[in-house]
Amino acid sequence: MKSSFKIFLKGIIDVSPLMIPVVPFGLIFGVLAIDIGFSPLETMGMSLIIFGGASQIVLLQLFSGGASSLVIISSVGAVNSRHLLYGAVVSEHLSDLKLIWKIIISYFLIDQAFAISNEYLKKNKNNNRYFHLVGGGATCWVIWQSTTLLGIILGSAIPEKLGLSFAVPLTFLALLVNDFRKFINVVVIIISGLVATLGYNYIPFKAYVIVAALVGLFTAMILTKKIKTK
Amino acid sequence: MSNWALIIYCGLITYLTRFTMIALIKKEMFNDRIREVLSFVPSAIFPAIIFPAIFINDSGSFQLEDNPKIIAAIIAMVIGIFTRSIIATIFSGLASYWFLIFVI
Repeated sequence: MKSSFKIFLKGIIDVSPLMIPVVPFGLIFGVLAIDIGFSPLETMGMSLIIFGGASQIVLLQLFSGGASSLVIISSVGAVNSRHLLYGAVVSEHLSDLKLIWKIIISYFLIDQAFAISNEYLKKNKNNNRYFHLVGGGATCWVIWQSTTLLGIILGSAIPEKLGLSFAVPLTFLALLVNDFRKFINVVVIIISGLVATLGYNYIPFKAYVIVAALVGLFTAMILTKKIKTK
Repeated sequence: MSNWALIIYCGLITYLTRFTMIALIKKEMFNDRIREVLSFVPSAIFPAIIFPAIFINDSGSFQLEDNPKIIAAIIAMVIGIFTRSIIATIFSGLASYWFLIFVI
């Protein structure tokens, strides 16, 4: 059996290409939060306590728009509800673990770590395979905290014109490169994207992310069944 | 509500979205059919983040014309399909976006 440390390292190596866009994302978050009026300590607190990039940006957007606390909290929950699905997927590989490990690993269940460890967990059956997820998550944690701090320090020295926020959708796009070749996946991608775009202004509490995802999953459910029964 | 209370509540709800399924679901609940459908989770969720970030502009409305993000995203996608490389996809997207807004 591979040592846990080696699997942890493998997680770090596998996740590193996905960290490139996290750098500008963290910087942008730090800069924006200070710009909106949060203190440096509060800004750092958000990255440490919430540790979810997309939802932290949503928090800032709503806060600066004067949304009520209840709307902000439920929107953050809605944006992050995708973790419920990630949790459902990886739980199979974690079910034999002690509760304390489940509590710790949950903190590191983020998009990038999920994306790379999902593949690894499926292919490997070692009992300590979950260290891959911890490695990926911990790497992202370090990058996210340090770039938030850097954003707080650098402040407005970063030109807004660079459009670095575009790196965020590009990251997610890059995570789908293997799925563009499969028919059902392409249909699911298009349907989910359309629902999210059309529902963006009409689905309350920024819940368009989870609504679109559920419609997409439902589509996958129907299509996989249809194609099999043929 | 103070800023700190807001941050802590947001952190709590986020943590719960991560922890709930890991804590509740047992191995026995999985069969091949559920596994198959769950394998579509990335394809179902990521587009919901990608599409609005490309098609919806800063003021919250749908923008199809004069939108360099659409072209840059298509270039990134094509590069991604051919290279299957995450880094190549991200860099080609950013490079073509900068080319479109600064050079053209």
